[in-house]
Amino acid sequence: MVGALLGRQRPPTALLVAGVIVGLGAVLPAAYLFVVVGGDLGAALDEALTTDTALVVLRSLGLTAAVCLTAIAIALPLAWLTSRTDLPGRRIWATLAALPLVIPSYVGAYLIVAALGPSGMLQDALGVERLPSIYGFPGAWLALSLFTFPLVLLPVRATLQRLDPQLEEAARSMGRTPAETFRTVILPQLGPALAAGSLLVALYVMSDFGAVSIMRFESFTTEIYVQYRSSFDRTGAASLAAVLVLLMLVLLWLNGRVRRRQALYRSTPGTARPARPYALGPWRWPALAFCAAVVLVALVLPVGVLIYWASKGISAGAMSSELAGALAFNSLMTGAFAALAGGIAALIVAVLAARYSSPLSRWVERAGHAGYALPGVVVALGLVYFATRAAPGIYQTVGLLVFALTVHYLPLAIGPIATALGQVSPRVEEAARNLGRSQLTVFRTITAPLVRGGVFAGAALVFLHAIKELPATLILAPTGFETLATEIWEQTTFGFYEASAIPALVLVAIAAPPLYLLSERGTVTA
Amino acid sequence: MALRHLFTALGGIAACLTLAACGASTSSSDGGPAEPEEEGITLYSGRIAAAIGGAVDAYEAEVNKDVQVRFADTADLAATIVEEGDASPADVFFAQEPGALSALADRGLLAKLPDDILRLVPAEYRDPQGRWVGVTGRARVIGYSKENVDPSELPDSPLELTDPEWRGRVGWGPQTGSLQEYVSALRLEYGDERTREWLEGMVANDAQAYPNNVAIRDALAAGEIDVGLLNHYYIAQAVAAEGEDYPVGVHFPPEGLGSLVLIAGAAVLESSDRKEEAFDFVRSLLSEETQTFFTSSSKEYPLAKGVEPDPSLEVPLAEIPSPPGNRTDVSELQDTIELMQEAGAL
Repeated sequence: MVGALLGRQRPPTALLVAGVIVGLGAVLPAAYLFVVVGGDLGAALDEALTTDTALVVLRSLGLTAAVCLTAIAIALPLAWLTSRTDLPGRRIWATLAALPLVIPSYVGAYLIVAALGPSGMLQDALGVERLPSIYGFPGAWLALSLFTFPLVLLPVRATLQRLDPQLEEAARSMGRTPAETFRTVILPQLGPALAAGSLLVALYVMSDFGAVSIMRFESFTTEIYVQYRSSFDRTGAASLAAVLVLLMLVLLWLNGRVRRRQALYRSTPGTARPARPYALGPWRWPALAFCAAVVLVALVLPVGVLIYWASKGISAGAMSSELAGALAFNSLMTGAFAALAGGIAALIVAVLAARYSSPLSRWVERAGHAGYALPGVVVALGLVYFATRAAPGIYQTVGLLVFALTVHYLPLAIGPIATALGQVSPRVEEAARNLGRSQLTVFRTITAPLVRGGVFAGAALVFLHAIKELPATLILAPTGFETLATEIWEQTTFGFYEASAIPALVLVAIAAPPLYLLSERGTVTA
Repeated sequence: MALRHLFTALGGIAACLTLAACGASTSSSDGGPAEPEEEGITLYSGRIAAAIGGAVDAYEAEVNKDVQVRFADTADLAATIVEEGDASPADVFFAQEPGALSALADRGLLAKLPDDILRLVPAEYRDPQGRWVGVTGRARVIGYSKENVDPSELPDSPLELTDPEWRGRVGWGPQTGSLQEYVSALRLEYGDERTREWLEGMVANDAQAYPNNVAIRDALAAGEIDVGLLNHYYIAQAVAAEGEDYPVGVHFPPEGLGSLVLIAGAAVLESSDRKEEAFDFVRSLLSEETQTFFTSSSKEYPLAKGVEPDPSLEVPLAEIPSPPGNRTDVSELQDTIELMQEAGAL
């Protein structure tokens, strides 16, 4: 029985215990839902799953699919252009194109409303009476696509940079056109990275509240919010959130199928050498125009508006530099802790899943994703429930906040680490073990150096998201503890956009360096 | 090895930050006026610091104790208090809308307030069972562009804004809590059919939807719309900041609940082990000094008896009719949102 649970290759006990602890921690917020709903999930779902709710599920899934496809459509060409061609300034483009990830979706959405909404800047500029409404699906789709596509870009680009060019060259030498080669040779190898990236985008879209509420798109999360805001009915809200968890399990299962289809490491001896860049020729101009358009819309315009507002805010004396510094410090501290904890926890989960495949390790991996699919406020309320009952000493401490952020963003770190591990052949590790090294020594000397980049990428992604997280921070932080994100919330609540632009810009500035390193990683350390 | 270095570095950064944070928090707090040493009550505030900071500072100075304030959305705080149950660290809850207070009262989470506190506020602005009191009231008004509209043209009731003469000239905020509360009040006063008719009329009359009250005010100031439904104090604050030339005027419509007063209120938690202090804090919120601060700084109606409203609130509170029935029924908002969705307003 235990043997069946642990699979053929039994993991070291310490790793196993650590994995189970991470899995249990990650599943706490989802467990809260089942506590609230009680034993009778069926009845609660009956109550929650009316025709209206079914429509909302379809709308949410539609938005998720549209955003995923758009993110891939933007990210795939960008990744290829900036990693495998002679595009002028490709490293700069790669970095700039990753940066939209630092713009919180709630900030991005209100910037889009300011630009494209009723009496927005575009309408002013064109001098027309009325533009087509940005609210609803178009706005939500635009905001979420623009500020999440780097989640696909980063893993795909990293994979492209490490792909062995041999297969490609073989295909070309046998007369395939570049397009055919891309479709039949490169694209299949990108499958796992595309799947990992779009999974993150999908889960992000399903749990996002900021963008959809500003865009007035009736999604699952706004429905959950309306449920408990209007009636303070936890049961209805919790059964809806439980549906989200079920949807997420389906996505994870689909994603697992894509990822398991193939091994990514070389099957023959030798090491991959860097590929020769593909000469774009005259195509470089449309390629440059594409990169420039993406960077303009997703980065330059939003940050430009923020700078414009912030300059007005600063001249009005909206915020002292001491306060900005103190807020930045709090954001940095919680972000660094969450990144550290997230990196370690994700490494444990990823190693278990990649090297010791078993029902238990698969359960741990799925559990690791549970917190990401839930809206932040549900994660927070779940931890309020457990902490006040089981561990009142840690309630409303930075420790609990860091725990919440780690649990919420764990999958962001699992993805890159799993991808990196997938590119290390287990045979290398087996060879070392056959030579008499202990499992720990093998991990330390062989595996760890090879997945270092993945761990760094994962930790950086957790950091980026942790510093912009809002609902859990408001509910779980120590009383009186303010961060850049809570300050942005405070200012925008009353429409003080100029004052809110200052902390928003500081947030972008803090998030930019790790993201820069992240997009440089492939070329620097591969 | 390299991975270990990475973690060492991350851990080191985190540790340094912690040490620095501890150092910072013991040496000085957030740089405001010197904070008293002794720990006082914990306040959960659904109202932002800009609205209540001055009142909290005044209380801290008076009792020489430190008030811990947690700011968040009113509904989120109410949900948090429900989850915390008996273990809630909060002593006082200051809510933006009475619905959240009623929800907590229904669950038995609020303490009965002493009669001397209740007597400070007129009966229509507090819980009939004495578990929360209104502190300030925000008046709903019609704002208008001084350039484009002559005050004599302004309607006596927001219900008249569905007339063809206002086609495309009106701004409103269907997704703002304040308009939704207004619609709830309309339903109680005039019934669902009349309310739906008005909502559909507004949509058909091409009323412009804005995400919040500030956007409506700014659109009025820019002359993009001629009239708008919003809360009074957004305009009054702009007038206070920019002077009497500010191009947006305020009109208190005498009919159609046009000048409805929306309540922000406070309650003491049953689980509090500092109830007397918490009661004192609520008393201080209703003191003449603090009520005057609220009305002069945020241009809201003071709800304590005998306190003069800010001069910009030209209609006395007593002359503004309250809608009949229990305005604080929590199930109302759900039905209101559904009605607004059916009417195409949301």
